[in-house]
Amino acid sequence: MKELTIISGKGGTGKTTVTAAFATLAKNKVLADCDVDAADLHLILTPQELSSNNFVGGRAPQINYDKCSKCGECFRLCRYAAIDFTEESGPKINEFACDCCALCAWACPEKAISMIDTVNGRWFISATRIGKMVHARLGIGEDNSGKLVALVRQQSKLIAKADALDLIINDGPPGIGCPVTAAITGVDLVLIVTEPTLSGIHDMERVHGLCQHFDIPALICVNRYDLNLINTQRIRDYCNEHNLELVGEIPLDPVVNKAQVARQSVVEYDCGLVSQVVREMWEKVKQNCNSTL
Amino acid sequence: MIIAIASGKGGTGKTTIATNLALVSPAAQYLDCDVEEPNGHLFLKPEIDQKTDVTLPIPQIDAATCSLCGTCATACEFNALAVISEKVMVFADLCHGCGTCMFVCPENAITETSKVIGKLENGSAESVSGGRFAFTHGVSNIGNPLTPPIIKKAKQLIKNDHFVILDSPPGTSCPMVQTLIGTDYCVFVTEPTPFGLNDLELAVGVARQLEIRCGIIINRSDSGDKEIINYCQRENIPILLEIPFDRDLAFAYSKGEAAVTHSAALRTSFEDLHAKIVAEVKK
Repeated sequence: MKELTIISGKGGTGKTTVTAAFATLAKNKVLADCDVDAADLHLILTPQELSSNNFVGGRAPQINYDKCSKCGECFRLCRYAAIDFTEESGPKINEFACDCCALCAWACPEKAISMIDTVNGRWFISATRIGKMVHARLGIGEDNSGKLVALVRQQSKLIAKADALDLIINDGPPGIGCPVTAAITGVDLVLIVTEPTLSGIHDMERVHGLCQHFDIPALICVNRYDLNLINTQRIRDYCNEHNLELVGEIPLDPVVNKAQVARQSVVEYDCGLVSQVVREMWEKVKQNCNSTL
Repeated sequence: MIIAIASGKGGTGKTTIATNLALVSPAAQYLDCDVEEPNGHLFLKPEIDQKTDVTLPIPQIDAATCSLCGTCATACEFNALAVISEKVMVFADLCHGCGTCMFVCPENAITETSKVIGKLENGSAESVSGGRFAFTHGVSNIGNPLTPPIIKKAKQLIKNDHFVILDSPPGTSCPMVQTLIGTDYCVFVTEPTPFGLNDLELAVGVARQLEIRCGIIINRSDSGDKEIINYCQRENIPILLEIPFDRDLAFAYSKGEAAVTHSAALRTSFEDLHAKIVAEVKK
């Protein structure tokens, strides 16, 4: 079983567009949407939920005001300024500032603070027109996105084993932080989708740095390559210098948005050259997947 | 006045809006809170005159006093400590720097040392009128998973009497929430596609939970469908600006050229945008 994650560093370069297309072309695969705080793959694949579950990501402090002596110890010790305190009203936890570290619970001399399991979101196993998909929705403004990504990946692995599938395709989140780390650690191959803008290149270099940090093989693809040919050449040069395979250059074409509005992948909707390039790119990515040890 | 420029979906044009707004706004201060992938400097080309490390306090265990009781490992909510073969291991990448382990240790065997997780760079950039405005960005180290402390540190530099523009990271989880906390108004930049709308709805949900009022900018407004406009009408959210797709403008962006220096019409649009935001905040 092989696992491929599609990431970009910069948002909006076309991760989900590429993932949906690969998902349509690949056989014997399961899909995992690892962008849990702004998931979009379901908008193209219109999943039918097979199961829906709470995600208990961690614990949060809760104050029992019957026991609280309003001593203010929790307020003084909290490093996140997450406890508002007045001597009259006592402590009040600001859930958005709280890091759920439990220091207040350990420190309270009256044992008035306890840590309660919290539901941070939901995760789903769904059937789609092209196979099963695991996806999730982090609660609005919730923590623990990395843990939820890990859970989505774990579930997709269980499905792949149970259904004897040989590929997992993960749609990754933007950035280089906690959820991205959770989406790439231990995978066989990463595809970085970039664009020929200074931001796209800057962010590709950082996210490629992250892949090197974890020693994960990466491939590059350039979306909207004809927007700036000089920058596309810079990406080609970067790939040469770093011994990275450039698997495809997708042209800028508004037809991609039309496919999205029609809720189809760019290989289902007739996107002309875009469809053709993405098909060829998939063949190269597939070969790379098969050759990783 | 503190304004966050956010989006939910990545790549809709947050940095384009935030940097161009900074270039035309009087008494602007620009803070790039997208510390995983900060891009504002590519357009504002600031002169950096101060660099500071951002550190996180992480535990160090004095093996001589440690009794291997494991209380620290039990107390850590982030599994950053474990007692393994007669030794307490610290997994620094999992540590949030909360200090709980140090507090609970019955032997007082834990002290703290600092770990560098990123940096802040401070300086100034030139506005379109030729004056200079304050620039700060946070930059997370590659491999560091915990970014909110860097955002928090950057926000300590906010000058309250300025028109403060926070360039937010994408998404709706902790780094984005950390950016929005304490702001007076939030501008969401979106695009008229199903992805744009889906992620906008999630982002507006965050603003509502934080009780921050918001307005919308529709970028590449002539591509895709009309669902964003319907949504804004339904939810009674003002549309502050619509920017049609323009290949010349996209090309200028790709080279790191600001929209307001590229086109006089856009300069006027951004000046109007500044006035509209100020009026919205004062409502």
